[in-house]
Amino acid sequence: MGDLHTYTLAGLQGMLADGRCSSVDIVNDVLASIDRTDGRVQAYVDIDRETALAEAAASDKMRAEGDSRMLLGIPLGVKDILNVEGQPCSCGSKLLKPYRSVYDATSVAKLKAEGAIMLGRLNMDEFGMGSTTENSSDQVTRNPWDVGKVPGGSSGGSAAAVAADSAIAALGSDTGGSIRQPASFCGCVGFKPSYGRVSRFGLTAYASSLDQVGTLTKDVRDAAILLEILAGNDHRDSTALETPVEDYSAVLEQDLNGVRIGLAKDFFVEGIHADVSEAVNKAVEHYQSLGAEIVDVSIPHLKYAIATYYVIATAEASTNLARYDGIRYGDRKDGDNPIAISCATRAAGFGTEVKRRIILGTYVLSSGYYDAYYLRAQKVRSLLRRDFEQAFASCDAMLTPVAPTPAYPIGSVLSDPLEMYLGDICTVPANLAGLCGLSQPCGFSAEGLPIGMQLLGPAGGEASLLRIGYQYEQSTEWHLRKPELEVSA
Amino acid sequence: MTGQYRENAEGVDVRYVANLARLDLTDEEVELFQGQLENILGYVEQLQELNVDGIEPTAHAISVDNVFRRDEALLFEGAENIPKNFPAENQQLVSVPKIIE
Amino acid sequence: MISEEELEATIGLETHVQLNTRSKIWCACSTTFGAPPNTNVCPVCMGYPGALPVLNENAVRLTVIAGLALGCEINLRSKHDRKSYFYPDMPKNYQITQYDQPLCLGGQVVYSLDGVERVVRLNRIHLEEDVGKNTHFENSSGVDYNRAGTPLMEIVTEADLHSAEEAFAYLQALKEILSYAGVSHCNLEEGNMRCDVNISVAPKGSDKLGVKTELKNMNTFRGVRDAATYEIKRQKREVSVGGTIQQTTIRWDDTTGKTSAMRSKEYAHDYRYFPDPDLMPIVLTDEEVDALRSALPEMPAQRRERYVQELGLPAYDADVLVADREISDFFEQTATLCGNAKSASNFLMGDMMRMLNDQERSINSVAISPESLAELIKLFDAKKVNNQGAKEVFEVLFEKGGDALEIAKELGKIQTSDTGSIEPFVAQVIEEHPGPVSDYQGGKDAALQFLVGQVMRLSRGKANPQVVGDLFKDKLGT
Repeated sequence: MGDLHTYTLAGLQGMLADGRCSSVDIVNDVLASIDRTDGRVQAYVDIDRETALAEAAASDKMRAEGDSRMLLGIPLGVKDILNVEGQPCSCGSKLLKPYRSVYDATSVAKLKAEGAIMLGRLNMDEFGMGSTTENSSDQVTRNPWDVGKVPGGSSGGSAAAVAADSAIAALGSDTGGSIRQPASFCGCVGFKPSYGRVSRFGLTAYASSLDQVGTLTKDVRDAAILLEILAGNDHRDSTALETPVEDYSAVLEQDLNGVRIGLAKDFFVEGIHADVSEAVNKAVEHYQSLGAEIVDVSIPHLKYAIATYYVIATAEASTNLARYDGIRYGDRKDGDNPIAISCATRAAGFGTEVKRRIILGTYVLSSGYYDAYYLRAQKVRSLLRRDFEQAFASCDAMLTPVAPTPAYPIGSVLSDPLEMYLGDICTVPANLAGLCGLSQPCGFSAEGLPIGMQLLGPAGGEASLLRIGYQYEQSTEWHLRKPELEVSA
Repeated sequence: MTGQYRENAEGVDVRYVANLARLDLTDEEVELFQGQLENILGYVEQLQELNVDGIEPTAHAISVDNVFRRDEALLFEGAENIPKNFPAENQQLVSVPKIIE
Repeated sequence: MISEEELEATIGLETHVQLNTRSKIWCACSTTFGAPPNTNVCPVCMGYPGALPVLNENAVRLTVIAGLALGCEINLRSKHDRKSYFYPDMPKNYQITQYDQPLCLGGQVVYSLDGVERVVRLNRIHLEEDVGKNTHFENSSGVDYNRAGTPLMEIVTEADLHSAEEAFAYLQALKEILSYAGVSHCNLEEGNMRCDVNISVAPKGSDKLGVKTELKNMNTFRGVRDAATYEIKRQKREVSVGGTIQQTTIRWDDTTGKTSAMRSKEYAHDYRYFPDPDLMPIVLTDEEVDALRSALPEMPAQRRERYVQELGLPAYDADVLVADREISDFFEQTATLCGNAKSASNFLMGDMMRMLNDQERSINSVAISPESLAELIKLFDAKKVNNQGAKEVFEVLFEKGGDALEIAKELGKIQTSDTGSIEPFVAQVIEEHPGPVSDYQGGKDAALQFLVGQVMRLSRGKANPQVVGDLFKDKLGT
């Protein structure tokens, strides 16, 4: 029974259905794995063991009485940005430490409705701002493949836990690559649905027109299973789509004959790591061998994507984070009057990266600069969307690298924010254009660090995208490799 | 890699912007952000190269109109937990130092 | 130097009107007034992490109706924007409002002052959210967010008003129209209508406006008038002695009767408007707007016309009744039931309004109903009760309700006009009082009073004095 923590979600569904293990067994095994690895990896910020075990026991009872819900008794990790009633939701920030959620995010409620157990809170860059999980006020999460390297961000805790088998699967959020990039750095599967496919209600907002809830999983099938449950309309989110939810796992097995994979050279940026381009190009060849047709496409405005993203995301974020003022909830620092309280609370409660983005976002919206920055960026965004519409007219999915490099050393980009931002070039376009994106392992660097490839699909193209990813995955073995983690000291 | 980009000639009044955002900054922070922001804005300048005449801004990632809810009053079930999050409370009100107008 | 007489004041008003929806604008919390603090709240209206707004369709509908009632052009495409500023009563530290694409444009309010009809042009009406409520204690303040998120219409005038009296009359006319349109309870005590007042002075005939001061959040019309009166005088005096007006926010102190400048803001108001990414555009069709237009309730001006033309009321009566929609609704129901509009009007304008004013009550708090008032009026018109009797019955109905006839009987106010039952008394009195009879026949009218009085005594007050008098006149041949 000591290896349940290494199973996929689908695998555990099978074990539970067959009565070969109990939910209590699973939770205990995952907790044991956390005990062994998290001292080093530092993925978890908070775990409520008692509640998790109680819920596991209750699940076992319900199963015995005939309850056969999809996720009954299966523990999942939650990025510390999603509200789970009664749990903390500190979003990697000192400011929200005292805050306790008073409601479940819709995505969480849907998983709970299928019987899932929300096991623990996973580390992240503060308010989703960062690509390394070094901007967390709690701790620095380490890449399980090399604890001197970053796990990526902002969903670094989620990706690291899944990679280290200390989480069966985890929820994350993606605004500019925050699921896909850590998935690539940690060698697991990261999925960002199209904008509006999953409700944002209960997801602490970073950039409202870019944020999406998504998953970090061990394989593509698990991502499909979770998406079926997460997706759907929500009357509490005006931006959630009403389009029907498809049966994503049912179509995974379809072969790739007739599938066109688009390749845009624009994504292979100057300075891209040789191991990355080699791994991704090999993936292209593999797709050809599976019967897919490779088509040349281009995204002419790709090089403007980062500038566009950082103007729009920071502008929206500067207003989304205005509510954190120490007045109604969260940590409050003293002051003579409410203005002083807000200024002191925010100064003490926000980290440097957050402050930097708030200032940038406030600036680009401010009087005299709105047209030159924000309005212009929204127009360039339209140009990018058009580029993708044209590309998807001739292909079913695009194949790109996820990041220009594999995971880099902890501490290496802290002094140069712009350099960190430039690493998002392959991932931000999906958020700007509302596309769906899948990151999955496709190789390793010479140093033994995972390299991911990204599949991009048009808005609403989840089913096709997951299938295209699944076919690659099941005919390769990258997803089966696990890091060798030293037992925690 | 970052030195290539033209810096914003005007300079950012970091203190003014931080005031708008209710952020108290130390002198060190002001200096740090000054340089970094100008660097980033210098990078962002490239957006000015593009001709965006006649291009509609993307206000939303999806094109949907008229998303409404019905006018029905419902009690929020977790309402009693909201005051538990108040940093300071007085007679069921959120307490703050005296607001002087 | 310019004299005060050569200066003219200009006033612009921004009135915030709470819509009478059941729930708030972005969430399902109730809008009921008077709930214990911080109980009608949820993550959305408290600005919690992860909360999102969803627009109340009724708030849109009511705003369009208000726009139609005020003669506005309805913008078929409109949207919401974020307006950023920090304040403790602001749950998100940005207000969701409408900046460049409001629901309604233009419009006007016709009001009358000193018998002259005037027009104030409106600039726009937009839909936004209300903020929480601050209470101030000696050493601290407290915030109640029950009010945060209540749907608010902001109605902005052009700079068309030129005196405090005009501003007052405009507000009353606006309240009347909105009340008739059914979009707001318009209850000033409950804060349903609050005004920001912009005041400036400039030389008469000048096409440039002077520097303005702004009075914020006034919640009585009387307060607006008194404050504007003072401020206009202050500005004129200041300018006439060569001083300058500072563009500041001012506060009105009711006790001292003066305005004073508020502490100047440390931070400039750069609202950084941009379209709210959490909300989708509002797109209306001509058909939808036309349907709302056809379904508009009768407006005060139309109702006044109808009372005069169709019900035959004097203009004065029509004006008094129509000024309060609930009173005029009550009047109409009563008039329909008793069949005598003028009588109904008399009772409403007389006894009813007198008692409402004396007791500072509104008509929906009283026990009397249109049905019972109509019954009373029928009795009165049939001369079954006289003036005094009717007044006394009315007072009981007002306090306790009930049946008009029953109460009249209980109080002994039913008088008979049946000549058959009165004649015997008349005959009896003529027989018993030959002196006064011959006095009356000799031309002393006062004697009639005495004779009538005798019949009233015999009939224990139940005879209709008028009928008695007529019978005497008949019998005694004058």
